[in-house]
Amino acid sequence: MKKIILALLVVTAFAFTSSRGDGDKIPAITVKKLDGSKISTGTFANGGKPIIISFWATWCKPCKKELDAIQENYADWTKETGVKLIAISIDDARSAGKVVTDVKSKGWEYEVYIDENSDFKRAMNVNNVPHTFLVDGSGKIVWSHNSYTEGDEEKLYENVKKLAKGEALSH
Amino acid sequence: MLKKYFKSSLTATFLLMALLNAFNTKAQSIADEVNSVHGYFQIDAQYYKQDTLIGAPIVPEKMLSNAFGNINYTKGKFSAGVRYEAYNNVMQGFDSRYKGQGITNRFARYQDELLDITVGNIYEQFGSGLLFRTYYEPGLLFDNSLDGIRVISNPYKGFTFKGLVGKQRSFFTLGPGIVRGFDGEWNINETFDTLLQNIKTKVILGGSFVSKNQADEDPDFVLPENVGAYGGRMNIIRGGFNFFAEYVQKENDPSLANNAVVGGKSYYSYQQGDAMFFSTSYATKGFSILLQGKRIDNMSFRSDRDATLQNLLINYLPATTKQHTYLLPAYSPYATQPTGEVGGMAEIQFKVPKGSVLGGKYGMDITLNASQANLLKPININDSTTTSKLYRTNYEEFGGELYHDFFIEVTKKFSKKFKGTFMYANQFNNINIVQHNTPKGPYGNVLSHIEVIDLTYKYKANSAIRMELQGMQRDNSDTLNLGSWVVGLLEWTPNTHFFVAAIDQYNYGNPVELLKLHYVYFSAGYTNGPHRISLSYGKQRAGIFCVGGVCRTVPASNGFAISITSSF
Repeated sequence: MKKIILALLVVTAFAFTSSRGDGDKIPAITVKKLDGSKISTGTFANGGKPIIISFWATWCKPCKKELDAIQENYADWTKETGVKLIAISIDDARSAGKVVTDVKSKGWEYEVYIDENSDFKRAMNVNNVPHTFLVDGSGKIVWSHNSYTEGDEEKLYENVKKLAKGEALSH
Repeated sequence: MLKKYFKSSLTATFLLMALLNAFNTKAQSIADEVNSVHGYFQIDAQYYKQDTLIGAPIVPEKMLSNAFGNINYTKGKFSAGVRYEAYNNVMQGFDSRYKGQGITNRFARYQDELLDITVGNIYEQFGSGLLFRTYYEPGLLFDNSLDGIRVISNPYKGFTFKGLVGKQRSFFTLGPGIVRGFDGEWNINETFDTLLQNIKTKVILGGSFVSKNQADEDPDFVLPENVGAYGGRMNIIRGGFNFFAEYVQKENDPSLANNAVVGGKSYYSYQQGDAMFFSTSYATKGFSILLQGKRIDNMSFRSDRDATLQNLLINYLPATTKQHTYLLPAYSPYATQPTGEVGGMAEIQFKVPKGSVLGGKYGMDITLNASQANLLKPININDSTTTSKLYRTNYEEFGGELYHDFFIEVTKKFSKKFKGTFMYANQFNNINIVQHNTPKGPYGNVLSHIEVIDLTYKYKANSAIRMELQGMQRDNSDTLNLGSWVVGLLEWTPNTHFFVAAIDQYNYGNPVELLKLHYVYFSAGYTNGPHRISLSYGKQRAGIFCVGGVCRTVPASNGFAISITSSF
């Protein structure tokens, strides 16, 4: 038992000593496009502009509230900062068919992928949805946030603007 | 033996990670590739008080806790991870076989364009999961990972092949059966990309074979030691249309789960199993329609023929009913009946456009959903020898109703500050079968009318007050199912870091005067980036908690709880 705890501590220590200052690249995991074909998350790019990665599910009310709230201002956001939102659905076989109908009927203009057996979710260490990441122009993950409350999208956008200008981010 | 095995495997994983870490500091400057260690932690603990009135039992330990930590290491094409879990002792409402602590998951993986190899605990899904799906759902303590080897290969564009073999996790040990699986998928448009580049229709075909092996140690019966299951699927997409269908069959697989009772005597069922699932949709901007259907006959597929509940499942049978998030509509959820059911769902979603009479300034979202599930209609073959089929079914005839849910939801933003959701559901639930698996049990059928009003007032950019009012009317003379309820919830988020909430669930329709109780519950939380801590205090009613298609029953409780989640 003690050995296990010690080992975990050491591994955790490695986590903090490894170069996290500049953030890490997105791990390459296969996810599904809405047309059923596959894509590696390692290819996510936005021509040097920031990316928002948002994990959501069709059964997750706060997730949809967040994506609705962002959609209202998404045109302005992209115009001002060039940011792109990638929405990763963690719906399983039961509700994966509902992803495309939700996205279209809500009029979301995001890039949407399905992570049907949560492989990308696990690789990104997402525990609960909604979980939102910010990726900088060089493809490094620099910020993340769990859960959604009203107004969180404005805070997120402040950070997107800071990122676009190259300023330090706040939580 | 197993402890030793986990310990040695941990040491090996750890050494590997340390080695790679040392190695990577050298290589770091050369390659611009992923090189990271990440993880997440979750700790839940509750202090329990006995409450005879609501039925909260004595908890001898007084305090119970569940905790886990997950750490993943990635270096270019290599990745590895470990998970440690601790239950001292496991909290109320979870399987008590989760006892103690240890490393429950560790893996190492190498992947490039041609080959992807994993050893250790594997999560994988073939098609929609009707034949094979291993996954992890910490909220339910569901983990059926395959401890073994998996190889994925993309030998030519459009083709993906997967092969795997291993044993499944069962609490802190492994199940007795060996599971072997193979899956192939062919994306026709990708293979003939130049030839078909002007063709708008996309077609993906797939097929799988899964087999389990378990020794027959039964003195009386000749049980199949190898049970094979196989099936195919297709996905056709054109513009806004999407059609997916999968059909699978399973060879005879006598087990505790499909134990058949004929004439008061219990028999192993040597019946074959099959399942069909389809999902088809049309979606365009502002409008969508979804149709789903499934038929399941004797498809409980486990790597131990004596496993029960949610243990050692090899496959996943999705429920085709609406997944609810509000408390009262989720009071009596539906769970797939692996022994036999037929069901379906239709959903229409549309946006009333901005500027119209109903739509107003911001538009209005409307969802209509209807779902239904029935038993199959088995016809006894009356062959009491246990070597043959016990019943037959056909596609035309349905058995009794298990569940229905007719649902409408309207979401509207009234102004920049004020928005609301309004819903109504009419639900029917055959509680005996769906929740208690006892066809002749005492619980009967319950019909519920449920209404929800959810209003949010955003009084400052980052501050909001949310109020929920829910009602559920049921038969108030029904002592087992407790009659009608009303729920009030008030939630305040003064800024993006804090929340405070109070909830009162009032069982005003309980047929017993003394049990017309208020269940009052307070909670507060703090979130900062990927870290979250929440505290709660009060009474919680007994209920069923579901994520995806899997549910667990939670007994009533009264006390103080804390939850911490963090990822890095």
